[in-house]
Amino acid sequence: MNPCFHCGLPCAGRRSVLLGELRDFCCAGCEAVAHTIVDGGFESYYRTRTEPASTPHARPALENLPNNGSASLILEGLRCSACAWLIEQVLRRQAAVTGVHVNYATQRAQLDWEPSQASLAELIAAIRAIGYEATPYNPRRQEEAYRRERRAALWRLFIAGFGAMQVMMYAFPAYVSDGELSAEASQLMRWASLLITIPVLLFACRPFFGGAWREIANRRIGLDTPIALGLAGGFVASAWATFTGTGEVYFDSISMLAFLLLAARYAHLVAMRRASAMLDRLLRWTPLAALRPGDRITVAPGERVPADGVVEEGASSADESLLTGESRPVAKRAGDVLVAGSVNLEQPMVMRVIRAGADTQAAAIARLAERAAAAKPRIVAAADHIGRYLTAVVLLVALGAALYWGDVWIAVAVLMATCPCALALAAPIVLTRANALLLGQGALVTRSSAHAALEKVTDVVFDKTGTLTTGHLSLAQTIALGRATGEACIVLARSLEASSRHPAAQAFGGGPTHELHAVRNFPGSGIEARFDARRVRIGTRQFCEALVGAPSQRKFGGAWIFLADERQWLAAFELADQVRPAARALVTELRASGIQVHLASGDRPEVGAGLARQLWIECFAGGMNPQDKCDYVERLQREGCVVAMVGDGLNDAPVLARADVSFAMGGGADAAQLRADVVLTGNRLGAVTDAMDAAERAMRLIRQNFAWALAYNAIVLPLAALGMVGPWEAALGMAASSIIVMLNASRPLAAKGTWKASTSSSRSRSYSYS
Amino acid sequence: MESLYLLVPLSVVLVFLTGWLFWRALESGQFDDLERPAHDVLADDDLPK
Repeated sequence: MNPCFHCGLPCAGRRSVLLGELRDFCCAGCEAVAHTIVDGGFESYYRTRTEPASTPHARPALENLPNNGSASLILEGLRCSACAWLIEQVLRRQAAVTGVHVNYATQRAQLDWEPSQASLAELIAAIRAIGYEATPYNPRRQEEAYRRERRAALWRLFIAGFGAMQVMMYAFPAYVSDGELSAEASQLMRWASLLITIPVLLFACRPFFGGAWREIANRRIGLDTPIALGLAGGFVASAWATFTGTGEVYFDSISMLAFLLLAARYAHLVAMRRASAMLDRLLRWTPLAALRPGDRITVAPGERVPADGVVEEGASSADESLLTGESRPVAKRAGDVLVAGSVNLEQPMVMRVIRAGADTQAAAIARLAERAAAAKPRIVAAADHIGRYLTAVVLLVALGAALYWGDVWIAVAVLMATCPCALALAAPIVLTRANALLLGQGALVTRSSAHAALEKVTDVVFDKTGTLTTGHLSLAQTIALGRATGEACIVLARSLEASSRHPAAQAFGGGPTHELHAVRNFPGSGIEARFDARRVRIGTRQFCEALVGAPSQRKFGGAWIFLADERQWLAAFELADQVRPAARALVTELRASGIQVHLASGDRPEVGAGLARQLWIECFAGGMNPQDKCDYVERLQREGCVVAMVGDGLNDAPVLARADVSFAMGGGADAAQLRADVVLTGNRLGAVTDAMDAAERAMRLIRQNFAWALAYNAIVLPLAALGMVGPWEAALGMAASSIIVMLNASRPLAAKGTWKASTSSSRSRSYSYS
Repeated sequence: MESLYLLVPLSVVLVFLTGWLFWRALESGQFDDLERPAHDVLADDDLPK
């Protein structure tokens, strides 16, 4: 059977004649859409597309649309650029439409139309008729601002670059002529250079002058001041030399410095933007605010879940990678939690909304990530501080050199050559990149200063067994104590636990049950019921002993629960918490990198000890209350250890706060309540070591950049002050220094091989084998 | 050498002209989406009457 002509899915035998041939379609939707496209005369779409189309779905009618003649639309279902072309053409055909631009890169459309002739709903209906979904949105002001900023930066860069090129042409004869150049020709070149340097200085260099002006107005010496002074001083001195026809001109050095500095700034802007693309994806997608908790909505396959909620009908799988970084689909059945921002992959599902709009987990994560991006880590603040001192020194040295030598060019060279701006560039870009990388791997860094602590971690303390285990209890062992068989005891136990919500209840699984009467729950002890005219109990040893009236013959340790009736002990069950598959790999990896692993558990000592043995954790302490855990961490810290704490982030806030850096398992929990430096949004333990790796690399890059910037300035400052560096050498040196810092900051942060699987398991597996 | 007095001012004018052209291109959004327009030549723009 042929795949669907329109979307490429397997077909169910629906056929019709299209473009002169009998074509297969998977559904009525695809068939209708294909006919609409071809009847409209857009069959070239099928020739030029590079991907099959997405399968169209029935959509609810849109209401309350603005009708003011201009709208921005979010498009869904675009697979290749032929789709963008198709939408543009179809909209252009509408009589009312006056302008349309579809941006494939951002999957957005800008639409202008005559409101008197058509409503937005009609235009969206035209888009839907060809199988795409369009939703109006308010373009975020931030996005618009970035677009304008990028255009302006590109324009400045072009002016400075083109100007520098031209001015260097004019300067060239003076450098090579060896005195043969006539005075008139030389003067002509100088005037031409002056004319072209004016826009370079007045327009392209405005960010430097603006920055310097702000710094002076705030009475805080900053990084732009020496640059602005150097540029302005060099220009004025060169212009004076041009007017009077005496002395040296260095228009070429000025425009080259401007160009190279602007190039570094443009690269910085673009790199920052790219680094925050992941975060941006999260921020740009905003949960539907119109929904309210309690609403029942249908989520079609391929659609984003618009709010947090619970599946009520249907079974499907969801891609939660936007939130967790985990791209493997997660199976969803009735009763399962759906998070806003995940994509329904297979079947339609009916969900009940629990949280909508700004209350959703996606919005909370976006807020946390935004907060982390806005806060200034200590290392950046320190760099700014040092940068200010360095700038003050540079200004004083420049002034001293000008007075001592009586030559303004030496002062200009000092200002141009020293590069405190490398200090400012060094850290933020690396930290932003590290945060973005980790967000993609399912670790949300909520405090940027966490990197400094992460790098130095010597001890990792797991705060409870629940972080290393899945929390799903399973039946490890059954021992029949009476005449009944183990199998019969399990059925009885299952019947007793059937009504219970205790985690132990799941251990007995599904299967046949007996009918019981007078079921009573004794919280903390167990459950009692009447079965076959006798009382039976399941629960702790004391609880059952009270019923039997005699202690059991055998001794049991560990996590056992018991089943008994009025006359005899029936059975003992050992329950085990399943160890997370990644836990062993994580512990092995941590130990391999020389980090001591601890388990400080609140469970009974024998439960935790078993787990510690199983995972090869040497340092174990059980039965601890939160205060004990705090003391435990404090004791380690007094011994000089840097402690990372891994917990669930909800009930253990004091302990997490006590540690130098804290991780919280955040999947499913309300991210807004988590008080941890790093939230593992995907509940993936491997992200702990990923975060440490990335932090280590990031801090190394930052230190290298600082070392470079400081060493360069320490060498070049005295040389320039002694008059040994000419203006053009100064400009080149400074620009090279900033570009080296930028390039170094762009080096990869991820461990080799992680790029291919933002998901990981492949990674932890490879570690456990190696 | 006299030609310099024509060519150098001419080159200055050319620089400003080029700058103006780049400005036009930038403002028309030519550098905003660097992916799709490359595919546009492949698509047929002629609408059936």
